[in-house]
Amino acid sequence: MTDWLGPEEWQAVALSLKVAFWAVLGTLPLGVLTAFAMARWRFVGRDFLNVIIHLPLVLPPVVTGYLLLLTFGTQGAVGQALQKVGIVFAFHWTGAALAAAIMAFPLFVRAVRLSLEAVDPKLEQAAATLGASKPRVFFTVTLPLILPGILAGAVLAFAKAMGEFGATITFVSNIPGQTRTLPSAVYAFLQVPDGETSAMRLVVVSVIIACAALILSEVLARRVSVRVGKS
Amino acid sequence: MTLFVNISQSFESFTLNVDFEAPEGLTVLFGASGAGKTTVANAVAGLSQPDEAKISVGARVLSDTRANVWVPPHRRDIGYIFQEGRLFPHMNVRKNLLYGRALARGRTDEITLERVVEMLGLGDLLDRRPAHLSGGEKQRVAIGRALLARPKMILADEPLAALDEPRKAEILPYFELLRDEFSIPILYVSHSIAEVARLATTVVALEKGRVSRVGPAGEVLSDPEFTPAGVRAVGAVLEAKVREHHSDGLTELEAGGAALFLPKLAHGVGKTVRVRIAAHDVILSRDTPKGLSALNILSGKIATVRAGDGPGAIVSIDTKAGRVLARVTRRSVQAMELAEGQAIHAVVKSVAVAPEDVGR
Repeated sequence: MTDWLGPEEWQAVALSLKVAFWAVLGTLPLGVLTAFAMARWRFVGRDFLNVIIHLPLVLPPVVTGYLLLLTFGTQGAVGQALQKVGIVFAFHWTGAALAAAIMAFPLFVRAVRLSLEAVDPKLEQAAATLGASKPRVFFTVTLPLILPGILAGAVLAFAKAMGEFGATITFVSNIPGQTRTLPSAVYAFLQVPDGETSAMRLVVVSVIIACAALILSEVLARRVSVRVGKS
Repeated sequence: MTLFVNISQSFESFTLNVDFEAPEGLTVLFGASGAGKTTVANAVAGLSQPDEAKISVGARVLSDTRANVWVPPHRRDIGYIFQEGRLFPHMNVRKNLLYGRALARGRTDEITLERVVEMLGLGDLLDRRPAHLSGGEKQRVAIGRALLARPKMILADEPLAALDEPRKAEILPYFELLRDEFSIPILYVSHSIAEVARLATTVVALEKGRVSRVGPAGEVLSDPEFTPAGVRAVGAVLEAKVREHHSDGLTELEAGGAALFLPKLAHGVGKTVRVRIAAHDVILSRDTPKGLSALNILSGKIATVRAGDGPGAIVSIDTKAGRVLARVTRRSVQAMELAEGQAIHAVVKSVAVAPEDVGR
């Protein structure tokens, strides 16, 4: 595949996979925790949090990207603070991962929350009467039962992260090898003469990755639902 | 070890206010649905926190709202057997059974997996998932799981209610075993007088959120004053249709082809009503009764004769109208040689229209 794709194209594919991987990995724990809080806890500011989480879903991605730039950019308050401890997002691939994660977050939280709400709290009560503390109940009963939901959410998040364009290009620009992800590369190739064949090849790669992700998620979901006794 | 329970809880429609002691053995918390039984059970298990509660097992205080004591459910050492089993669907039977065991550190090893599997006949089920178990099997696993957590006390909330009659008969003996084999106090929630009669060493009767009767099972059951839910349960509920309002003030009902006469009802002709015939309002006669003032005589066959601890016995008779219960003395049972399958006439002294909730 390396021969078939030009070095620039290959770079974009590899970068996209890396960005999406880290975006999903970062989303997993925080997303499960958020979904759990939204589904089970009643706290002040819950509705507000709900709005914030879903905002990237409805805002124009360019706006989200710009807001990220204002917050995490070299001039942004958070960005400057993080820079002091050596974490840089601006015009760096980590920024692309952050943008992708934020765009994918609401999709992931929704999927996990739905599966959490389908878990019978009576099972968790039963576990408690058998001597399991709250964390233990979560890890031995709740988590295994929502695994299919987490999986579905992760695939959605991965797809979203692979395809994220607007927020990424606004926040971290379109730097080859650093922030030029697959969609940015397609866009860039379409802007130059003779770029169309490269763009076409990337389109094919996109379709292959998308299909592979879907098939993988189906297979995993089937295995997991057998494992948790739902079929 | 004795369980002490004192709970107050306000609901929209009624106030629960119960205070009782459950000594060693099996205590049945008995009452109609809506009497507050499950609220009590959940409060004892720590799954709900009543407005006011003082609950202790032996010397150990589990809840005391005044002293701000509340032990979380996982530290209460109470095995809870739920109505619906509540087995973990993602674990096989073996893992379900052992779930609480790993958490019961440092307690006696008298209750082993082998013993529980043997006692409950679970040997062939160990590798199966709950989805592939019958209702009765699930409940057996649930009993074993609670037992293997090595509890200081066992709670069972209507553990048979979700099962059909044959399954009930299959599970009941295991509760007898539980009661007789292990010295663990059991609080058993039920609305079934049959379960009370078979299992209880102590009865705590709840009615509308209050304890209406407490005592040893034999005493409570043979007590004709045991009205609360007792008479409702010891009695038959039949469905009947209003056939005609007679000019002499009687309403004629039809139940499965048999006629019943009641003082005038407000229900329109053709309406279905549920009537209750209390067991102590039924007299039995082997010959066709003649010259009696009673209007309602149902003929049928004796289905069962069950003698209680006291002088009484309950005879159930299958009639065209349905099953009718009669409370007679054991002396009459002997003198009349009452036995299963025998033709008999049930003379009904009074029939009452049952409120909607009777028999549920």
